[in-house]
Amino acid sequence: MGLAITAPDLESAPRRPGRFRTNLLPYALISPAVAVIAGILAFPLGMLVWLSLQHYGLRELIAHAGDWVGAGNYLAILADPVFHQVIVRSLLFTLACVALTVILSTLIALLLLKVRQAVRIIVMSALVFVWATPVIVTVDIWQWMFDYEFGVINYLLTSLRVGNFIHHNWFDNPIQGWSVFVVIVVWGAIPFVTITLFAGLLQVPSDVIDAAHVDGAGAWQRFWFVTAPMLKPIFLIVTCLSTIWDFGVFTQIYVMLNARPSADYYTIAIYAYRESFGVTQYGLGAAIAVVLVLVLVLVTFFYVRETVKVAEIA
Amino acid sequence: MIAPGTAQGVLTGRERAATQVGLRLNLGQRAKQLLYDATGVAVAVVMLFPIYWMVVTAFKPGRDILSLTPKWIPAPFTLENFHDAITRPYFLDDVKNSLIVVGVMLVLGLTTAFLAAVGTARFGFKGRTAFLVMIIGVQMVPLNALIIPLYLMLDRAGQVDALPGVIAIYLAVVLPFMIWTLRGFVANIPVELEESAMIDGCSRVGSFFRITFPLVGPGLVATAIFGFIQAWNEYIVAYVLLSSPNNQTLTIWLASFTTNHGPQWGPLMAGATLTGVPVVAFFLVLQRYLAGGLTAGAVKG
Repeated sequence: MGLAITAPDLESAPRRPGRFRTNLLPYALISPAVAVIAGILAFPLGMLVWLSLQHYGLRELIAHAGDWVGAGNYLAILADPVFHQVIVRSLLFTLACVALTVILSTLIALLLLKVRQAVRIIVMSALVFVWATPVIVTVDIWQWMFDYEFGVINYLLTSLRVGNFIHHNWFDNPIQGWSVFVVIVVWGAIPFVTITLFAGLLQVPSDVIDAAHVDGAGAWQRFWFVTAPMLKPIFLIVTCLSTIWDFGVFTQIYVMLNARPSADYYTIAIYAYRESFGVTQYGLGAAIAVVLVLVLVLVTFFYVRETVKVAEIA
Repeated sequence: MIAPGTAQGVLTGRERAATQVGLRLNLGQRAKQLLYDATGVAVAVVMLFPIYWMVVTAFKPGRDILSLTPKWIPAPFTLENFHDAITRPYFLDDVKNSLIVVGVMLVLGLTTAFLAAVGTARFGFKGRTAFLVMIIGVQMVPLNALIIPLYLMLDRAGQVDALPGVIAIYLAVVLPFMIWTLRGFVANIPVELEESAMIDGCSRVGSFFRITFPLVGPGLVATAIFGFIQAWNEYIVAYVLLSSPNNQTLTIWLASFTTNHGPQWGPLMAGATLTGVPVVAFFLVLQRYLAGGLTAGAVKG
């Protein structure tokens, strides 16, 4: 999902006097939204859990009824060495992507405060362009740039004498391949995170920074002890959202590898997809997807709690 | 939004300090500024290069694309790739499908979201906080995980490979964000405006349509553009659900450029450019509205 930005401002609703207080109008107003969210998000979420407890293959799909296996699917994936690799790989990938995204974006956002107006407009426009481009389009572009034969990256690396990259296939070696995916995901995530952090930086009052300056704080101290604590809510939001997006990554890897990723390139989402739609083991696929959801629920819980906390203070 | 005053305040403060210390430092300051600006430009170049490379490739003739020393500008310039892309089978079908999906979803989504936004911004009621927390939480449910039950549900309803199912899913995905954004806009309009219209003899419904609705216009525009982008760019749901080529959307159509011999880069880059252009155009309008609401109130002074 592209940008789920939430401004933490749960201010209390205006108290309406008298007859508006107890009527049913507000419930009528939210009921269509509740119906859509319940029917298309909440119900399938329940069904996912239910599916994960069944054997549900092609035969069951046609019969519209699964075979109850209890925790069978979970036991199967827990014993599955591929699943272990997928989990470890997904965690490492997410860690690398989120860390690089937040660090690079913070540096760019701080840089944006220092550059002259014209340069700032140039950088902002570049970021907005990248942000707006559909993910699928960016993946096609990167696929072309990393093409082993005519890709511009191999040409550049060779002519900059980094090494001999003529006819170098980046995806033969999984470590190199995953590095390519880190580059693609971080490049795509930087615009959102940078623009969000920059907007936050502009709200840090300059007199506080100046005061720290006068008191003899160096640039690093000013950032670490003054700016960063003030931006904590924003850092939290972008870290949580990045974690959610990167841990559930599918499109970038799946499309880049021409819809035929080898087992070395499975993420949780791709593995769940493979098991369900590739080998029609919907129950097993659902169990893998439940694990994905559980990990993200943990992150989300943290995020919602902090958002509400910030909103209550504000 | 960018509040230039804030940042300039810092700079002028620093410049003042520099003049006091002396000319030598001023020169150092200048070199520093130049370094910052140069780094900024370098960041912009690195970020933009892939987009530039797509457009350049799209305008190059085939022999310049498949060349071991790449050409940095499309020196013999051609529209051949674009012609190839739009005359490809199902291009028009898929443009039409994308527009239908986005259009229907937006009409349904804006109506539903606006009602819920008014409900939560204008009324205090039991369960309001629970509803708002659900709105935040539900945005975090990964679509990638829900695709399995959604597929089975639609399969049972006989709606796999049909647009209504895709529209319904996109609706549910963008609705929470739409409600949240619109709620902010509605809440920012003082109730007093409505009330004074009512004192002046307007009915409650009348004051709503004459006062609140026009003021919330920018919010509706911003939300609509956000929904447009989300639905236009979506890949996985469309990929899993829509199997026949004449039922697909543009993002899936792009896969048709990949043959057994690998992708046809020229037409693919032209098709990618065509797919990206509407979104980028809409986004440039949107981001003015986005940046402000994004962090309003997140940092306390």
